[in-house]
Amino acid sequence: MTPTLRAPQQSLADQPRYDCRNAYVDTLAELARTDHRIVGVVNDSVGSSKLDAFKKAFPDRLINVGIAEQDMVGVAAGLANGGRIPFVSAASCFLTARALEQIKADVAYADRNVKLCGMSPGVAYGELGPTHHSIEDIAWLRAIDNMVIVVPADPIETASAMRWAAATEGPVFIRVSRMSVPQIYAEDYVFEPGKAITVRDGNDVTLISNGTVLWRAMVAAEQLATEGVSARVISMPTVKPLDLDAVIAAAAETSGIVTAEESTTAGGLGGAVAEILVQHHPARMKILGLPEFAPTGSATYLLDRYGMSPDGIAQSAKSLLA
Amino acid sequence: MSALAVEHITMPVFGRLSPHASRADQVAHIAEAARQIRIQDLKLVHFANAGHIGGDLSAADILATLYGAVLNLDPRAVDDPERDRFILSKGHVAGILYTTLAAFGFLPIEELATFLKPLSALNGHPNRKKVTGVEANTGPLGHGLPIAVGHALSAKLDVSRRRTYVLVGDGELQEGSNWEAMMAASQYELDRLTVIVDRNRLQQGATVRETNDLDPLDQKAAAFGFAVVEINGHDHGELLDVLSSVPFRPGKPTFVIAHTHKGHPISFMSNNAAWHHKVPSPAELQQALNELGADVDSPTRGTAA
Repeated sequence: MTPTLRAPQQSLADQPRYDCRNAYVDTLAELARTDHRIVGVVNDSVGSSKLDAFKKAFPDRLINVGIAEQDMVGVAAGLANGGRIPFVSAASCFLTARALEQIKADVAYADRNVKLCGMSPGVAYGELGPTHHSIEDIAWLRAIDNMVIVVPADPIETASAMRWAAATEGPVFIRVSRMSVPQIYAEDYVFEPGKAITVRDGNDVTLISNGTVLWRAMVAAEQLATEGVSARVISMPTVKPLDLDAVIAAAAETSGIVTAEESTTAGGLGGAVAEILVQHHPARMKILGLPEFAPTGSATYLLDRYGMSPDGIAQSAKSLLA
Repeated sequence: MSALAVEHITMPVFGRLSPHASRADQVAHIAEAARQIRIQDLKLVHFANAGHIGGDLSAADILATLYGAVLNLDPRAVDDPERDRFILSKGHVAGILYTTLAAFGFLPIEELATFLKPLSALNGHPNRKKVTGVEANTGPLGHGLPIAVGHALSAKLDVSRRRTYVLVGDGELQEGSNWEAMMAASQYELDRLTVIVDRNRLQQGATVRETNDLDPLDQKAAAFGFAVVEINGHDHGELLDVLSSVPFRPGKPTFVIAHTHKGHPISFMSNNAAWHHKVPSPAELQQALNELGADVDSPTRGTAA
């Protein structure tokens, strides 16, 4: 085990869970205190982004353009033109769908120093349904040049990725999970862009995951171990650029790869891994995610339904060993 | 002028007159810059065999006034954080932006000949990473105004006097993002933001009125919290007076409706929707250049930048 992981006292499945938005707002305030260029930009999403305290502490530095996502992202690009570092905080479904052309042209193509923070992504809104789910965001933004995509798996990684983004010039999209997750990483963990982390070694099969599904993959590996299957678990916080070496090595050293993510099965992390493997090291693969507009159900229900319970992930892994 | 070639895209570099120059001298300076910019732009489109000549020419006087006498910009200090910002939202008239930038020393005049050629920095829509002086990568309509609002907000946060100007097409105002941005500009009292509408009343293939009318545009802008001014967008004196004296009302952003004609002042192009992106033939180019007095030597030149 690498020293960046939190020392396990018990299975991740039994540990307390945290909403990553809390780490997000604490870190944004910490960054704003030390760098006057940092500003928040929201589409009325002060409450849903948990930014009330930030607004009190920095009333001038929380720009609320109202319910107007195209304007929100254009304004962020203009703030960056003026030397500010905007952290755009909005529900990922509206941020990435409604303002996609602004993300492409004003931010990515123009290479503006804008940090796009997709709050409550994936199926976090559960029963509110596919209008509010943001399972497409990764696939949409992956298609855009000059965009770094980060999907943190816990509060520690969320905070560390934000610190890296603030210190690094250029466009970044960070998902900020609303679905509660256990703390996976130790306090001293430092996010490295484009680097996979082998959170569990193994040589029979590989599980590649990120975001809210990573802990589920880690629990799946615990289960597989009891059945005599040695599963490698790779945490892939950066979907773009992808860590090619880690993916190719996993394909070479294990019998197959399962990807599991809180997003669509078309063009997400699974698609990114498949694109690499088919060109460099064809391997047996299973892509877990949401293949369709989800039916009514809680976020947890939906992840389980689409094969991303720990048991479901373990079953997919075993299917590659047959 | 009978054997025009791409090398003939050339002109003097117009600097800025002293701020103490008389208004009459400023206006003459702008007028001559605008004339030269039009001459070079016509050649640019002719030799590239593409471009948006109608909208280029409707915006030429606005651009010449901004760069010639209004914007606090220095081609030797293009990254000065305190510079004024000009954002061309109607990015399809990149040709007139490039000729203007070249006229005022931001872009080597020789580079104009590469317009739209493979690997040229001069794409059909401006790219700030490739062309010095470009502030935003525009092209899809309805993007410049929100970016301008963002910059004006940054200036307000900095307690800076720097100003933000954005040029939008009138057809472009059919994009809803503009109105989102106008609400925010008003809410944040961005009185150092000026929106200039190139009100040529034509869009790609028809009039704005018969497509999706904007009138009463003045009342709409006023209702969105702007101080509204209507001017002749081809009158250099009016442009100079208005664009250099914003804000008109403290706490309010300014909305300048500049009444223009597509293709102005070329007789066969003016106010003719067919010239949205038509390319002048050699004979048409020659006639247009004659109408602009292209053989006449430049009577006024500013201090070279």
